Amino acid sequence: MKNHEKIVREPLMHVVKRDDLVWYKSWAVRLLAVVIALILCAFVIVLLTGYDPIRVYSSMIQGTFGTSRKIWNTLQRFSMLLCISLAVTPAFKMRFWNIGAEGQALVGGLAAAACMIYFGKSLPVYLFIPIMAIASILAGILWGVIPAYFKAKFNTNETLFTLMMNYVAMQLVSFCIVFWENPKDSNTVGVINRATEAGWMPELFGQKYLLNILIVLVLTVMMYIYLKYSKHGYEISVVGESESTAKYIGIDVKKVILRTMALSGALCGVTGLLLVAGTDHTITTNTVGGMGFTAIMVSWLAKFNPIFMMLTSFLIIFLERGASEIATVFQLNESVSDILTGIILFFIIGSEFFIHYKIHFRAKHNKEA
Amino acid sequence: METKTALELKNITKTFGSVVANKNVCLQVNKGEILSILGENGSGKTTLMNMISGIYFPDEGEILIDGEEAVIRSPKDAFDHKIGMIHQHFKLVDVFTATENIILGLNNEDKFDIKAAEKRVQEIASKYAFVVDPEKKIYEMSVSEKQTVEIIRVLYRGADILILDEPTAVLTPQETERLFEVLRNMRNDGKAIIIITHKLNEVMEISDRVLVLRKGEYIDTVKTAETDENKLTEMMVGKKVSLNIDRSEPENVADRLLVEHINCMNREGVPVLKDVSFTARAGEILGIAGIAGSGQRELLESIAGLQHIEMGKILYIDPKTGEIENLCDKSPVQIRDMGVRLSFVPEDRLGMGLVGNMDIVDNMMLRSYQKGKGAFLERKAPKTLAEDIINRLEVVTPDANTPVRRLSGGNVQKVLVGREIASSPTVLMAAYPVRGLDINSSYTIYNLLNEQKKRGVAVILVGEDLDVLLELCDRIMVLCGGKINGIVDARKTTKEEIGLRMTKLQKEAQEA
Repeated sequence: MKNHEKIVREPLMHVVKRDDLVWYKSWAVRLLAVVIALILCAFVIVLLTGYDPIRVYSSMIQGTFGTSRKIWNTLQRFSMLLCISLAVTPAFKMRFWNIGAEGQALVGGLAAAACMIYFGKSLPVYLFIPIMAIASILAGILWGVIPAYFKAKFNTNETLFTLMMNYVAMQLVSFCIVFWENPKDSNTVGVINRATEAGWMPELFGQKYLLNILIVLVLTVMMYIYLKYSKHGYEISVVGESESTAKYIGIDVKKVILRTMALSGALCGVTGLLLVAGTDHTITTNTVGGMGFTAIMVSWLAKFNPIFMMLTSFLIIFLERGASEIATVFQLNESVSDILTGIILFFIIGSEFFIHYKIHFRAKHNKEA
Repeated sequence: METKTALELKNITKTFGSVVANKNVCLQVNKGEILSILGENGSGKTTLMNMISGIYFPDEGEILIDGEEAVIRSPKDAFDHKIGMIHQHFKLVDVFTATENIILGLNNEDKFDIKAAEKRVQEIASKYAFVVDPEKKIYEMSVSEKQTVEIIRVLYRGADILILDEPTAVLTPQETERLFEVLRNMRNDGKAIIIITHKLNEVMEISDRVLVLRKGEYIDTVKTAETDENKLTEMMVGKKVSLNIDRSEPENVADRLLVEHINCMNREGVPVLKDVSFTARAGEILGIAGIAGSGQRELLESIAGLQHIEMGKILYIDPKTGEIENLCDKSPVQIRDMGVRLSFVPEDRLGMGLVGNMDIVDNMMLRSYQKGKGAFLERKAPKTLAEDIINRLEVVTPDANTPVRRLSGGNVQKVLVGREIASSPTVLMAAYPVRGLDINSSYTIYNLLNEQKKRGVAVILVGEDLDVLLELCDRIMVLCGGKINGIVDARKTTKEEIGLRMTKLQKEAQEA
């Protein structure tokens, strides 16, 4: 008994929390994570496909920035993802887990489509776009406020509630598509107002996406200021950090929940508007295409800071577009590019662990001495 | 009697990041001895004990048990070495009986025999003069009974070295006395006992030797008989500290807050305050004593507008006009808008009084952010206030933009109390304002409360250290099970009387 205890030694390694890193060191860790991820991906590429990884990477960059059309498409996708990420951010900051951005944006888009179909011929342009915008925003607000009301009133679980609302939104869109089918029996709506272009977002300097992008950039700055410098933003932080502190200083928590979710829903509505009126000019159940969920990751990775979110959403879009490019150029299965995206994201998210913790290995001191 | 070393630590060092929790600490405890570990909060007492009980592993140094080098990697290893730790927060299953909790997790080959186990529990209890009912469920027990179960649990497993982490923090004076009796019995039986505490009088009373830690460093181990409270404090703090609280006679006393027959329930619908009536007077400190959970929290929260009351009135007398206003069922904002300057230092500093992740400036803003026109925040005034508090109360912080969760407990409390006093209140309520604070910070807080009293503020102080309440307050109100069990003159009463009132309803309260 005496002897066997001596064999037992300190555990091989243990995790230790570290002090806050200075900003350049933490960015160095993140950068290192990306580099390691790229190296690992290179091995995966060689093993699975036998292609030269450098060529694969360069075609990813080609796919994102290769032609001016591609650049515009990238920027467009980037701004849409950023917009919906902005929408979920105030709710998340309040610790209200709104995973219903998908549905909120979809009903916003639905409202825009409905306006285009029903009023497209009767209203002048300068009146029409604002009305469409209001309709989209109201629809988004409605979808956001319903779960918020139940949360505030009955303390229902907002995660489940907002998730379910997504399916309701999707069914609603399917239902409307049956009504609006064009041409008949195609089971799609087709491009709305193709001839008149009524309700289409106007082109700026000959670029059809420029207006979308500018709107989103303005919204980003506004959201940053709202969260950081406004009284509302302050209330959101306090409610998110601690509800009992909020009550202690007399914040009306229910009011803040409703107001913030209305804002979150409104921005989702804007995203829907930009997607339908500014991009696709049609509506399908897949108009938002899962961005409502990707937005959760964008917002978290940026730690709810709208300015950082420009970076994270750009990264996600770059990976997405690069992946689809290599899928076509090398005629690879889409899954391979998904694997690469997965590896890179895994490393980026994992690097946060190494920013906050370090690992101590067992010291190699000589015990016999 | 021959003394034999039961446990010895040699040059133990443990660091967390850049924080050195223990640096070259040596400890030695003999069989049949009680060793106190004395040190302020953050001096590394608990870290040291966690290394003995297998929760942490030391970075450097060695542990010897009965003279043999031992490696303790998990609480199970600690048990194998007959080390038992009684934590500050009990780890018991509420719906199980005492015996069931005691044998929980034991993994022996024998058949499961609860009757035999109960018998052994009784044997252990009678051996050391514990009072315990083996068949009683935990949720029916008082704090002191739960602690007894914890102690028997480690004895049942055959522990010879017992570590108790702040065992008296939650006990009344009478219960503490009983615990000490049991500890002495165990000592005489040859057990080695280590008790962590920061109450000096208890150290003097119970221990044979005292080990003093300061900021993670080992200072010295001294024989209790050869030292006194002042010397120990000096070792603990590193400089001479005067332990006297300056209590002035109340001046210009006037009724400020009348609480009349209030009743209220907690969230589960259980009545927690029953027919509570008292008066808080300006220029006076009213202490509230009671076992934890006797309704102290609900009482303060009712006054602050955070707790709905079923019955009764809370009346505020305006010091300027003499007008009487009813504060019942008003929200904190409404109370503020009525011109009632009520400040409240809640028990849960970082969960209620402050926001841990926000910096000092933003925390100052909690009370004042709605001031000023427009939709945007005004950060100038809060910043000035933050800097003022940092200077005046000597808050140790890199700057005003440091998140408060990174400050030490004492500094967090200075920020909170500083903010609450800054609004020049007429009523100041503080719940356990010195819990977890070091001696210097505690005295800073006492002085601040005294200062407010001299300014004519009605101060209401909920405290747990009866010695301090007796020295600081003018009157002490004792709560027992949600009822008032007497309001006594702090200058004339004794600790024993208050202790008795905390646990047993007096005749007049029973009738009421």
